[in-house]
Amino acid sequence: MSSTRTAFYHGILAGAPFLLMAAPFGMLFGLVASEAGLDIYQTVAMSVIVVAGASQFSALQVLVDGSPFYIAVLTGLAVNMRMLMYSASLAPHLGKAAKWHRIIAAYFLIDQTYGVSILELDKKPDMSVSAKLGYFFGTATLIFPVWYGSTLVGYLVGNTIPPQFALDFAVPIMFIALVAPSLRSIPHLVAAFVSVIVALALAWMPYSLWLIIAALAAMIAGAETERRMAAQT
Amino acid sequence: MSNLSIWLTIIFLGIGTYLIRYSFIGLFADKKLPDWLLRHLRYVPAAVMPGLVAPLVVWPAATGGDPDPARLIAAAVALAIGAIWRSVLGALIIGMAVLYLVQYLLA
Repeated sequence: MSSTRTAFYHGILAGAPFLLMAAPFGMLFGLVASEAGLDIYQTVAMSVIVVAGASQFSALQVLVDGSPFYIAVLTGLAVNMRMLMYSASLAPHLGKAAKWHRIIAAYFLIDQTYGVSILELDKKPDMSVSAKLGYFFGTATLIFPVWYGSTLVGYLVGNTIPPQFALDFAVPIMFIALVAPSLRSIPHLVAAFVSVIVALALAWMPYSLWLIIAALAAMIAGAETERRMAAQT
Repeated sequence: MSNLSIWLTIIFLGIGTYLIRYSFIGLFADKKLPDWLLRHLRYVPAAVMPGLVAPLVVWPAATGGDPDPARLIAAAVALAIGAIWRSVLGALIIGMAVLYLVQYLLA
């Protein structure tokens, strides 16, 4: 029991630095949602139910473009498919935990809790399952309430910011900021380049179809580049 | 964008995202993703976000769809800062600062 508690506190400490990122990001979402015309319940509900910033922005952007809701859902889910990787990579550590622990843990699986936890769990594979769970829940303890709260603050503040601050452009800048650090290899650059070219070329298509086609083409381009580069070496 | 479509988006995106999270922790704990699928999933963020953002940068709604030098420069700087420093927050803050600066200089 005490090793679980220690792991929990270690998880809280390891997750704390990410609040610096989550708070402004949550505020930005609240702000953008208020500009887009969501009411306060919809805005906070989205942060509580979806808990995935990039997909929330994407889905909202698609809705603002006038596309039907299922296109917004598909776009948001496409952005979140990376979590399939997270889930698969945590499964060897958490797969043996009690079922209802896993049902709860799944809700708390986000970029930051995954990123922090997997480093520690891979480093210490001999930790007990309950200590591993404790660590994982520790990483989520601060960031989740901060995410909800900052969304609310952003919504409330958003209505008081004048238009000359060009906050319309905070969304594109935010997406660029999110993806730029991951463009760390040639296949990633190829995927990003194909995505931009196809999206601009097909932008005349309705219902964000251009985005789905661009994303599929770019994903295949990235994976194929990686495969060929690996085959050469 | 109706109220109903907003709520449907929130609920279905929430359920779908939860199921993605639960998938391997909960349902297929002893299964492995095939290599070809993992290889494609690695490029999901790089495939979705640049395409989503490109039309917003090139044809911003705030200028009625006309390309705007301040926004193009700000986007380029944010991209460079994010790629070089590997800092999401740094790219966000400096990108917006550059946007204000260039808007001020051109005004």
